[in-house]
Amino acid sequence: MNQILAEFAIDRGDFQLEVSLKLPAVGISALYGASGSGKTTCLRAIAGLERLPGNVCVAGQVWQDDDAGIFIPPHQRAIGYVFQEASLFPHLNVAANMNFGRSRVAASRQRIGESKVVELLGLEKLLKRSPAALSGGERQRVAIARALLTSPDLLLMDEPLSALDKARKLEILPYLERMHDELALPIIYVSHAADEVTRLADHLVLLEHGHVKAAGPLQDMLMNHQLAGLFNDGASCVIEGVIDQHLEQFASELKFGHFRLRLSQQTNPLGSNVRCRIFASDVSLCLTQPHDTSISNIFPAEVVRIDPATRPGEKLVTLRLDQTHFLLAQISSHSVERLQIRPSHHVWAQVKSVAVL
Amino acid sequence: MVELDLSVVWLTLKLASVVTLLLLLVATPLAWWLSQTHSKLKPFVGALFAIPLVLPPTVLGFYLLLLLGPNGPIGQLSDTLGLGTLPFSFAGIAIACAVHSLPFVVQPLQNAFEAIGKRPLEVAATLRASPWDTFWHVVVPLARPGFFTAAVMGFCHSIGEFGVVLMIGGNIPGETRVMSVEIYNHVEAMEYAQAHWLAGGMMLFSFVALLAIYIINHRVAQRGKR
Repeated sequence: MNQILAEFAIDRGDFQLEVSLKLPAVGISALYGASGSGKTTCLRAIAGLERLPGNVCVAGQVWQDDDAGIFIPPHQRAIGYVFQEASLFPHLNVAANMNFGRSRVAASRQRIGESKVVELLGLEKLLKRSPAALSGGERQRVAIARALLTSPDLLLMDEPLSALDKARKLEILPYLERMHDELALPIIYVSHAADEVTRLADHLVLLEHGHVKAAGPLQDMLMNHQLAGLFNDGASCVIEGVIDQHLEQFASELKFGHFRLRLSQQTNPLGSNVRCRIFASDVSLCLTQPHDTSISNIFPAEVVRIDPATRPGEKLVTLRLDQTHFLLAQISSHSVERLQIRPSHHVWAQVKSVAVL
Repeated sequence: MVELDLSVVWLTLKLASVVTLLLLLVATPLAWWLSQTHSKLKPFVGALFAIPLVLPPTVLGFYLLLLLGPNGPIGQLSDTLGLGTLPFSFAGIAIACAVHSLPFVVQPLQNAFEAIGKRPLEVAATLRASPWDTFWHVVVPLARPGFFTAAVMGFCHSIGEFGVVLMIGGNIPGETRVMSVEIYNHVEAMEYAQAHWLAGGMMLFSFVALLAIYIINHRVAQRGKR
């Protein structure tokens, strides 16, 4: 398996880190945790910018193996690294910044072409400018392009959006999604922002005080009731689908599995991939199919399990739509008893609102 | 028109140029090491190379004379290498001037290197640049104002060198007699007109050189603000 393996253990007294990461070689893996949880340290150690006792193996290549005395210096590792601040070289213009890494990679190893990257990140008009003449969002896009042009085996991103305001963040996120969809490049993405993680991540590693608290595919992590408080904005699940049709009355439809989810009107073209987040608190349950309701997204579902929610007096109900699609509903314990909701019962789930990511 | 010995001016400029070149070669690696190291030796090395800032030139000259003289370790080395003895020669005062001016070159360089910070070096490493490559293509361009300041400071300080030159070089025309020594000679001989030409020329030169540094630093600071 071409997995990404990284193990580090260090005890500096006030800072302890003991992690063992096994990440898939495709898609975006998010290292998520509060500041001080060690996620940036992990990323820097994988890049070799920081030397912690441990082992790193990426795409079958050993980058660090303490027992064998191997430590490949960062400039000999096939990484791309995007820092929190763009950190462009002020003495070089945009094109020269982008070329800095590429010119140091053998032509035979260059897989990602310049024109592709320029197009992917929308940089056509910026190439001749100096970094000082760019906005924060533009700078970060150039920094991402510069890292991509080294054709890395692994792209490491350290909170690349946290230094940007909301508008700049929203400007960059679609580019990251395109990278995810169009480049076969594993990405490790460090973040403490739930919205970025739910939108981008395929795989999630939850770090707490230098330890891995939980790790797995994003959906599994979200559906894990023990991690109900994973993101502090409430229990939720993520639905990924394709924009299927644009309806009249300012609405669009998302197709996922055999189901359709009615959304507010989307600007994305038909066929584009969209992720939505459905909060458990926005899902209510009925025993019979409701007809006289204002809610338009209603799905038949089977109760899988019922767990205590983070708030007392409430239950978190896991619902199965089909083999691969699940929902979470947060309802009061009182309602669970009143409606006699039990595992394997069939119910109707009403989705009151959907957050398009 | 007063009679001016232009060979004195020429010798002084030659000395300052040689010393500046020598200093940049020696001070660059030293300043880089001081800016990057976490070694416990750093304050000791830093203090050692800053001594010429505070020491009277006569003290420095005295010890250099002992070191470079026929019985000193460096003098014996240069003798065995067939280079002859260094005191009272151009090479001797060049070495002495370089030692005396070293902190004036090391400090602007060290400040410039430290101002760059760790981040550009890390970025360069993640873009496949080796440390040597990074030094030439990231550090040197970013520290350019520091190199300019260091070179001007080294040059000007060497042009005005007096005490150390007198101790090591004496007063040999065409070999060690530089402008500051010549001014002293003129004043001793009550030749104030000649002294004025040389002293005034040095005043003007120093002002222009420092003005250039201040203008460049001001421009860099303005650019940093944008």
